[in-house]
Amino acid sequence: MARKLAVEQVAPVSDNEQPIIQVNNLTREVYTGEDKLVILQDINLQVSTGESIAIVGTSGSGKSTLLGLLAGLDIPTQGTVFLDGEDIFKLNEDERAILRGRLLGFMFQSFQLLPSLTALENVMLPLELSGTDSAREIAHNWLVRVGLKERTGHYPRQLSGGEQQRVAIARAFVTHPKMLFADEPTGNLDAATGAQIIDLMFQINREQGTTLVLVTHDKNLSARCSRVIELVAGRAVV
Amino acid sequence: MNIVKLSLRMLLRDWRAGELHILTLALVIAVSSVATVSFFSDRVQRALVLESNQLLGGDLLITSDNPVSLTYAEYANQIGLSTTHLVRFPSMVSFGDDSVLTSIKAVAPGYPLRGELKLADPSTGEERIARGIPEPGTVWVDEKVMDALHATLGDKIEVGATEMTIMSLVESEPDHSVGFVSMNPRLLMNEKDLAATQLIRPGSRISYQLLVAGEEPQVKKFKLWVKNRLSPGERVVSIQEARPEIRSALDRAGKFLNLAALASVVVAAAAIALAIRRFIQRHLDGCAVMRCLGATESDLLRLYSYYFIMLGMAASLLGCLLAIFAQEFLSYWLEKLMEIALPSTGILPAVQGILTGMVLLLGFALPPLLNLRQVPALRVIRRDLELANMHSLAGYAFGTAVLAVLFVWKAGSFKLGIMIMLGFLLAVILFGLFGWLLIKLFLLTRPAGSGPWSYGLANIRRRAVSSLIQATALGLGLMALLTLTLTRNDLLQDWQARLPENAPNRFLVNVQPDQQEQLMAFFDEHAIPRPQVFPMVRGRLLQINDRAINLDEYPDPRAKQLINREFNLSWTDTLQSDNEIVAGHWWSEAADPSEHELSMEEGFAETLGLKLGDRLGFYTGGGNFTATITSLRKVDWDTFHVNFFAVVRPGLLDNYPASYITSFYLPPDKASVMQELTRLFPNFLIIDVASVIERVQSMVGQVTHAIEFVFLFTLLAGFAVMYAAIASTQDERIYEAAVFRTFGARKQQLARAWAVEFAVLGALAGLFAAAGASVLGHLIGKYALHIAYSPSPWIGVSGVLVSIIGVTAFGLIGTRATLSQPPLQVLRK
Repeated sequence: MARKLAVEQVAPVSDNEQPIIQVNNLTREVYTGEDKLVILQDINLQVSTGESIAIVGTSGSGKSTLLGLLAGLDIPTQGTVFLDGEDIFKLNEDERAILRGRLLGFMFQSFQLLPSLTALENVMLPLELSGTDSAREIAHNWLVRVGLKERTGHYPRQLSGGEQQRVAIARAFVTHPKMLFADEPTGNLDAATGAQIIDLMFQINREQGTTLVLVTHDKNLSARCSRVIELVAGRAVV
Repeated sequence: MNIVKLSLRMLLRDWRAGELHILTLALVIAVSSVATVSFFSDRVQRALVLESNQLLGGDLLITSDNPVSLTYAEYANQIGLSTTHLVRFPSMVSFGDDSVLTSIKAVAPGYPLRGELKLADPSTGEERIARGIPEPGTVWVDEKVMDALHATLGDKIEVGATEMTIMSLVESEPDHSVGFVSMNPRLLMNEKDLAATQLIRPGSRISYQLLVAGEEPQVKKFKLWVKNRLSPGERVVSIQEARPEIRSALDRAGKFLNLAALASVVVAAAAIALAIRRFIQRHLDGCAVMRCLGATESDLLRLYSYYFIMLGMAASLLGCLLAIFAQEFLSYWLEKLMEIALPSTGILPAVQGILTGMVLLLGFALPPLLNLRQVPALRVIRRDLELANMHSLAGYAFGTAVLAVLFVWKAGSFKLGIMIMLGFLLAVILFGLFGWLLIKLFLLTRPAGSGPWSYGLANIRRRAVSSLIQATALGLGLMALLTLTLTRNDLLQDWQARLPENAPNRFLVNVQPDQQEQLMAFFDEHAIPRPQVFPMVRGRLLQINDRAINLDEYPDPRAKQLINREFNLSWTDTLQSDNEIVAGHWWSEAADPSEHELSMEEGFAETLGLKLGDRLGFYTGGGNFTATITSLRKVDWDTFHVNFFAVVRPGLLDNYPASYITSFYLPPDKASVMQELTRLFPNFLIIDVASVIERVQSMVGQVTHAIEFVFLFTLLAGFAVMYAAIASTQDERIYEAAVFRTFGARKQQLARAWAVEFAVLGALAGLFAAAGASVLGHLIGKYALHIAYSPSPWIGVSGVLVSIIGVTAFGLIGTRATLSQPPLQVLRK
């Protein structure tokens, strides 16, 4: 598919490589009664495979909204997002869900582990949803890999914040996603634990060649990324 | 993806994590209470039918003017029923110079199939149960025969062309009250002697009967089979037809037990709806995460559909299992108490229980489930995103519709089911509206201060929607229980009123006009209250609307029989208290006195196809007369008062030869009075219904016990609602407690504030319930059970009090653990 895109405020991408994420003129407005509130305005962005992007900005600058739109969790007012060459807003909600299952991994500030599932079962869930055989074994290996070998049978409420985020890392990477979206992954963790999580995330990212897009307030985290995009009042500033 | 497998795994995981306990509990209680009530009432009703069948001597009776076709008995035996046949006829028997008209019953081995024949020792009066039937050559007679013939045991009396020895004195026969022959002195003989008596001749008034008994399904099958084969003159009778007063007692008991089952369905539905609400709230995040992880809407829908089907099946099976144990236990207890054997029951109540569980679960789970799949995936980042129509009434509409179907089914009547359903629906709407207004009122009058009262009210305001749902669900559950309480009381009172201790147990027929005064003096002398005496003229119906009656136009054998028989026509100024005009009017002042008015019993009119305005021509001993039907009456046959199918306006029959009839209560200790009465008034026909009344009274007692038990079980379901209602706000409460305690609130302060909150919720629910129940109780009493409704403010007041105390106690016990959780642990989640 040949695309001519108006590119601004983006890092250079070599011509022969198709960006894994391509964002064009992305705008998101909400209406509160009569008033129009512009949350994101005219965002253009290209991300290459393997890149790591930090989206930073003050509270209310639109970071989480942008992440939600990139992952196809929300619908823009206008603009397009291509993930791995697929125009995700041309898909319906279910097709986007399937695409997410195939391409994306997620990490959240509040971990979002299912409270009724053990650590192991939380990691197994995406594999089970995609119908993978030997989900248990694969998930178990991942928990060993993130250092939770002894905690597989524990429920989220029995784990510390750092441990819960490790489970979330294992859950995010277990399907070998091409892209990992993380919303404030260290937001609920103390500095030392946060640093360990960052190390683990980047280590796996390198090994897997995953593209990382993360929203963060954490300077340590954004400093580790290959590129930082700052949002100010809904607009991107390089 | 194998969704079924994943569903099962999710289900097991949720179960293990304790997510499903409340929902499962609500379901298990729902299913087990519905199934227990069904099992139990099924067994009790069967037992009562069997019990009442004793009055017939069997489960079914086929009577005929000619020997009953042998094929009937053959077929009955073939399908596993036991049978015996008998022949009844009146005949004179004599001993020496004395003779008496007796009602003879020639029986075959096996008689009676139901109930017991009791014999008495003439010298000691000691009773014993007869084994078998009279040996050939012997007869068993009642006291009247002995008295009339001045005979004793061992005497040989003449029966027709043969002589037979009196072997035993009959105290009571189970089928004593079947038919009119029962008025005469009675004689029992072996059918093998029939031929020798030479009494069976063409033209004799003989009734051939076949008694059938066995398991209910076979009896039903036989009844159906035989109905299509009956030849003219043959009739099938079951106890319902033989004794209408027993039928109506059974009908009411059955209806009430069904109502109790319905009440437990409503209560359980409220518990399930609340539990599902909590389930959905707790699974919103999980669904959002699964949407993020690639689950499509249909994946989620299928996942949770299978999930709920499996949960429903498991909980329903468990509920049924519990029900089987519970009803076995109840029956064991009840059998001892009621001194009757409860027949075993079929599988149907279990199927009903499982269906109820599934239908309730899916009815209330599917609508929110359809919403659940639409949970915005964005919720993983934005926690404020809720389901759009989480609280919508429309979400419960499906559940309500499903409930309506259940209601009609369980009530066994479309009208009753729909009426109760609409009642509950209206109650939900009114509860919702009033509750909303009241909560808004609390909002407006925000009390100053920081005491538990103002915190408690603030909690209700803050959780306005949850509070409203809690109060409505609790109110509904309680309303069902209160309605049941009210109805139960009315029903029991009604029975008591109908069959008081001193219900008439003797009928006197053939009292001559000049004997009335003497009879009253007799009553006064023996300190028996003077009964009301009714005039009676016997007449035969000859014409309808000036057309001679043609019997061939009446295919219904009962109609034929009624037309063939002589009518007892009576007259009275005032309508009897157990009669009610259902069409037309009672004697009108304005009517032309020459216009002869007649009031007909409605069932009778229906059988004969008569309507208002029809002119009936009668023939009586004193001449012919014509009268027009100006009213139809509903008669309460179970009062045992004297009643008539046809009553005319006073004056019309003044000049016709009348006799009188009356009924009165004879206390057991005055039984000897009857001998004197017989001596003084030898022409009287005395009908003794004491044994029938005793039987009906004991049945009412048994039904009362059954009703109490079933009621208790429904109460249990009420506890489930309370539990589910308290649990539905548990998560909010845990969080709230943590925040308050972080800011220094003491456990006691929180507990007090919650106590206020629960008490107000309880009061709201109690008020809703009391108001709703008094209306619904009235409607059910009037339209379903046809009993008088007696408003009982005490039940309302105690309902409100029980609700306040119950909800507060349950609430505080349920939230006790919440208060002990360390705040940090909660807040870190």
